Amino acid sequence: MSEFILVRVVVKIMVPFILLFALYVQMHGDYGPGGGFQAGVVFATGIIVYTIVFGIRRAVEAVPMTAVMAMVCCGLILYAGTGFATMALGGEYLNYSVLDSADPVHGQHTGIIIIELGVGITVAGVLTAVFLVFAERRARR
Amino acid sequence: MTDEYSIFALVVLLIVLALVVVRLTSLLAVAILAGAMSFILATVYTLLDAVDVAFTEAVVGAGISLTLMLAAISLTTRHEAPWRGRPAERVVALLVSLASGAGLLYATLDMPLLGDPAAPANLHVAARYIAESPASTGVPNMVTAILASYRGYDTLGEVAVIFTAGVCVIALLRHWREGKA
Repeated sequence: MSEFILVRVVVKIMVPFILLFALYVQMHGDYGPGGGFQAGVVFATGIIVYTIVFGIRRAVEAVPMTAVMAMVCCGLILYAGTGFATMALGGEYLNYSVLDSADPVHGQHTGIIIIELGVGITVAGVLTAVFLVFAERRARR
Repeated sequence: MTDEYSIFALVVLLIVLALVVVRLTSLLAVAILAGAMSFILATVYTLLDAVDVAFTEAVVGAGISLTLMLAAISLTTRHEAPWRGRPAERVVALLVSLASGAGLLYATLDMPLLGDPAAPANLHVAARYIAESPASTGVPNMVTAILASYRGYDTLGEVAVIFTAGVCVIALLRHWREGKA
């Protein structure tokens, strides 16, 4: 844990906003700049800043390692699974048009939002996991 | 026109910062200046109307890279170790840098001019993406539409690469239960 109270207080206030901004970038990627990758990086940065200031112990209490591992896998499964879902609905792999039988444009939009979510979850999970395993190794020495 | 002057000024600033980074021995200052360079580069991309690239540069270069660098510095040391090699090695290093820089400059001479409508990249599918993507995907941000829908396979591959890299690092570094002792 950082010994500077100023750093601790500022980071404690900022981290929720960093995570909220990540979710905004994630959900708004189809209208503004950004998308799943940028959102995932911002989300991971929030968790890493928290870990640097408050230490690995408190960080893994908030974000357990198993949850991070699950994120690493779930994002990719969500993305690849969307492809299989579109195949099951009679389209080609990752042809989102079939996701809405009445309106193919709406289907495309839905598919893009789902796979961007998959990208965001995996990127956030991988970056957090890479940092946490480094920090964990260091803490156990 | 003002955009061109701003970009020129920012690129000059970028080169000055790069030279300062080479001279500095405080690793903390180097990491922070590298983050500042990423922000300048993000501004250049914004002036070129590539906001998605600018955003990526800002979050990756100035965000996560800087954070990871600061974490690494907090675990190691704040100052660069003094140079202990022979002077001849420095000359070789300088020659290699100059040669690769000259090679890259020579390669840019073959590139089409910035924004050239006759450039190969603007002649192939770009026109179709611009004309059709908002209507056929319902997504106003064309970059997202191209990455997620038209180039859906590529993006799936990229996520798989990130996944694989992450899993490898976790497998190599994690203390698994049996190794705990």
